[in-house]
Order: sequence, then C-alpha cells, then structure tokens
Amino acid sequence: MRILVGVKRVVDYAVKIRVKPDRSGVVTEGVQHSMNPFDEIALEEAVKLKEKKLATEVVAFSLGGPKSAEVLRTALAKGADKAIHVQVSDAEAGKVESFHVAKALKKVVELEKFDAVFLGKQAIDDDSSQTAPILAGLLDWPQALYASKVEDAGNGHVKVTREIDGGLDTIKVKTPFVLSADLRLNEPRYATLPNIMKAKKKPLKNIPIKDLAVDLTPQTETIEVTEPPVRQAGGFVEDVATLVSKLKEKGFVKA
Amino acid sequence: MAFLARKAPSLAAPIGASPAVKHMIYDDQHFAMQNSLAKLIKEKINPNVEQWEKSGNYPAHYVFKMMGQLGVFAANKPPEFGGLGRDFSMSIAIAEQIGSVDCGAIPMSVMVQSDMSTPALAQFGSQFLRDRFLRPSISGDLVSSIAVSEPHAGSDVSAIRTTARKSGSDLIINGSKMWITNGEQADWACVLVNTSSGEKSLHKNKSLVCVPLNLKGVHRSTPLDKMGMKSSDTVQLFFEDVRVPISHIIGEEGRGFTYQMAQFNDERLVTVAVGLLPLQRCINETIQYARERPIFGKTLLDQQYVQFRLAELEAELEATRSLLYRAVLARCQGEDVSMLTAMSKLKIGRLARKVTDQCLQIWGGAGYLNNNRISRAFRDFRIFSIGAGCDEVMMQIIHKTQQKRRC
Repeated sequence: MRILVGVKRVVDYAVKIRVKPDRSGVVTEGVQHSMNPFDEIALEEAVKLKEKKLATEVVAFSLGGPKSAEVLRTALAKGADKAIHVQVSDAEAGKVESFHVAKALKKVVELEKFDAVFLGKQAIDDDSSQTAPILAGLLDWPQALYASKVEDAGNGHVKVTREIDGGLDTIKVKTPFVLSADLRLNEPRYATLPNIMKAKKKPLKNIPIKDLAVDLTPQTETIEVTEPPVRQAGGFVEDVATLVSKLKEKGFVKA
Repeated sequence: MAFLARKAPSLAAPIGASPAVKHMIYDDQHFAMQNSLAKLIKEKINPNVEQWEKSGNYPAHYVFKMMGQLGVFAANKPPEFGGLGRDFSMSIAIAEQIGSVDCGAIPMSVMVQSDMSTPALAQFGSQFLRDRFLRPSISGDLVSSIAVSEPHAGSDVSAIRTTARKSGSDLIINGSKMWITNGEQADWACVLVNTSSGEKSLHKNKSLVCVPLNLKGVHRSTPLDKMGMKSSDTVQLFFEDVRVPISHIIGEEGRGFTYQMAQFNDERLVTVAVGLLPLQRCINETIQYARERPIFGKTLLDQQYVQFRLAELEAELEATRSLLYRAVLARCQGEDVSMLTAMSKLKIGRLARKVTDQCLQIWGGAGYLNNNRISRAFRDFRIFSIGAGCDEVMMQIIHKTQQKRRC
C-alpha cells in the first residue's frame, strides 16, 4: 500500500491570532508557522503502518507557497519517504480552498498511483474539514473520516474506528480509500536530529500548479474577518442564595 | 492536547522561525532541530517544571532519555559512538533552545552532560572508555557529572587536592569534589585528580578519570540547599579509597589540566547560549506586564524611564548574542577562542544580574513573589557570574591577552 499524506503549513497553534487592520484576514507575516497538528497525526499513522509492514511507501504532499517546503522537510524528518510540493504563489496560497486542494490531490493520486490518502480531519487555520470528503467524492473512493483507530482487516481491507457523538462507529473500508485523522488516533513523534539530517537527502519533487491544470478560481468570497467579541467583566455576589436568585432571574436555572 | 487551547505565545516558542536572510551560524537543520526540541520541551517538560522545582529534584534519567532520543547529546560527538559528527554550531543551537525550559536547573543539568562531562572523553578517550561511558551518555541511558571543583579549589583549578595513586593496574582515589550538578542521580563522573605529586608543575600532574559512582568508597552528600536552580540536585562527592582501573584515565596521564581547560571553553560557550532565551523572556514578559499595568493615568510602559531601561537591556542582550555567534564561528574555523569565550561568558554573567534585577524592579511587588517567573530567573541566573568560571576569572583571561599586546 502506497500512502499519500497531505500536510498543510498553518500558523502555529501557540500563536495568538491577530486580525489585519483592513479586516481582510489574519496576520501571517513574521508569525511562527508549523505543520497542521491533525496532519501530523495522519502522517504518524501512515508511518506506523509502514513500520508494521502494512504500507510500502509514505509520500508527503503539500499545496502552498514556497515556505510549504519547510513542512515537507519536517514530514521527511518524521518518516515520510518522499515529498511532493504543488507550488502556488504566496498570493494564490491565501485564496486556495479545500476544493482546489482535493482536485490537486486527485491529479497526484492518478499520476503516481496511490492506494490511500491520509489527511488531517481539519486544518486549524480555516477549520473547514472539507478536503477529505471532497477528495473521496472526486475519486469515487470509500472514505473513513475522523479515524481514532486504524487496524488491518485483511484482504485489502482496513477496519477504522470513528469517534461520534455518544459512542464509537466501526467501519471497514477497502483500498483504495481516503482517511482523515482525529485527535486521539496517535501521539505524533518528535523529529530527531539524525532524522532531520537524513531528511535533507530524501527526494522532494516540485510540481507547479499549472502542470496539474487545476483551476484556482475561488468559489467563495471573504467579506470580512473580525475578532471574537471581548468577554464582558463579571460581578460578585454576597452569598449562594443571591447567586441562585440571580441565575433564576437570568433564566439560567428553572424557577 | 495542547493545541486545542489557543493561548498567548508560549515561552517555549522556537527561536528559529527560519529568517529570510542567511543566519550567521545556523542553517535549516539547526532551525528544524530547534523546532523539534521546542515542541518536546513545551509538551513533555514545561508542564512538570513547577512540581519539580517545588520538590527540589527532577527525574534526570527520564528527561535525558527523551533528550537522547532527540539527539541532544549526539550533535558534535563522533559517529562511531552514536554521535552525529556535527560541528559546534549545532551544540549552540541546541543549548539556545534548551533555554526555553521554564527554569534554569534543567538546562544546566542537560548541558553538563552534553558539553561539560563528555567533550574530553569524546576527543581523547580510548575506544574502551568511549564505549563504556560516552555511547550510553549520548543515548541518554546514563547521567553524568563533571567533578573538578573542591571545597578549597574552585577558580584555582590547579590547587585541587584529590589524589589517585597507582596500585597494580588500578588507581586509588581519595578526596572530595564540590558543587556537583546531577550528583545525586549521576551514574558516572568525569573527575579531575592529581595522578602524581606535581613536583614539576601543577599543570602537568593531573588527569581526567571516568569514575562510576556506584563503586565502593563513593559517598554523596545530601543535596545542597541552594538559592536557586531548585530542581537540580547538587551534592558534594567523597572518594574514600575508590578503586578504578588505570584504563579509566581519559587520554594521556598528566594532560588532565590541559584537557579540562579546553573543555571549559565549550562549557562557557554553551552557558552563554543557554542564557539568551531566558533573558529575552524576562524582557518580553516585562514589556507585556508594563503594557497592562496602569500608573498615574497611563501605563508603566508609557513611562520613558521604563522604555529606556528595556531598550538598553535589549541592546545589550543582542550584543552578547552577536559576540557568542562570532566566537562560535571562529571556533568552528579552528581558531583559539579563549578570549572571545571569556568575554561572552563575562557579559552573560553580568547581564543576567542586570536583566533579572532591573526587570524585577519594573514588576515591583508582583516580581517579588515566588510564583512569578521573574523572581525564579533572579534566583536561578545569579549563578551565571559564578559557575563555569566566575566573572573575575574571565577578566583574568581577557587581561592576559591585553598584557601580551604591545602598542
């Protein structure tokens, strides 16, 4: 099984997000970026399958501006064998939508013959959660979304446990398939210095987006981005009785 | 998992973030290693620091194993023994990032193993010694100490009294070593001893010896009660007729003083590197506090006196960073950097006192509380002017070069 893993370069989770003064988006200049945490989990699962001899090759994919090469190097240091960078300009990168990424992934899957595509369940920048299901639709492959456990089920099948409201949903999918990784699937490893050094020698292929003939025309328009409302200050009450009566007054507890 | 809660920038944020311009001593791999290390520190170490500081010790074997797996101890060690054969700039990149641990004690403890107890062993040790002590220290399976100072000999290293006399194929060690970081938990120590009486010269009668600390006759004091560096175990070691094979001498017998002086240079440079991020953090957090603290109808940060103070500290920190990088660049090119090293070590020692004191003053009463990080920095980093050669020794080294100058 050859696995393609999508890794997106996003603003690091620890960064305090600031909205641009013109409200056209968030500030990304001079801000720490890193690999989308859910993509790290997807990558870890693919690398684990390779270590268990259930996968033969893990290839990292990223669609983005020049700096996306950094997350691909990180992916190589964490166990991917090769990397593919579908290149767009920084200006284009800001307008790329899940639909475009899914189309580019589809082209790469068809060109390089993969048996599975692993993606994060969502990217922490736009939180859209769309790439995996759209890709499954475009390829007409089965999808295993929000995976929290992946097991070999024999005969080219994989058993996937999904966390859903109020319980677990277990499904069986046949290769080829699209999988999206949920938070509790695994704990990603840290890139070690020996592997960072080895990553430099692993192949990283650049494909300009025009070579894949993917139309980047936006399907949505961002009208305005604003900060969430600032939380209002609370007040103090004398005792529990006053607290309860206040809560009743506001309708938070039934009278 | 941490990333679900978006919050203010963590103090473990990596230094690197790949600058657009070429860095003086770091490339992409240095930054990649710093990013990885920053993540490990943020997720596995910092959440425990409060508790470790409170309890007065920390699990060195657990932390060293994680660090070892990441390659922290391997950077500039020989590949034949589990090292990665990188130059000293990688050690400096690692030391800088280790500074993102939320206290001074753990960085000091880690740096003892990466750049204080092992450089001479890596460079001059026999195959046997490197297999026995270096390889497991690089992997983080063993914890080590450097044992040079004694109750009566600190800055004046040549005055040490610990002896190792020969008996058949063994050395018999007697004496005591002071200020031993990692001393309670260490598996072995790199110990400086007098292997002859020193009739010729006090600089030619010493040897560095690898001593396992589980041997009969090795005694450890209870941990010393220090002003800062609370989670680090610092002890006094006693050697009472401790037998080790003569083959445990690192390199040539009688060259110990020379090896130790060379080892001191690396130790001092990493000390400078490990101090940069914590001091930067003191300045950054103080700016943040001053911005929010109202006073006289404005904020603290609106006071010009506060602005000037912080600006000057920032300039001095940058100057120290630049001096360090220059020293590292020269060292990587094989130059003798004793003077540049002494200068940068002197500056970080002085600056650590200045930054922590002046920032604490801006915090006022809030800075005097023990649960404020600035007060921990004030206590922890006072040691920078004392350890790894005190300020006065650094000035002595610098002045020796001045004396040679003829105008």
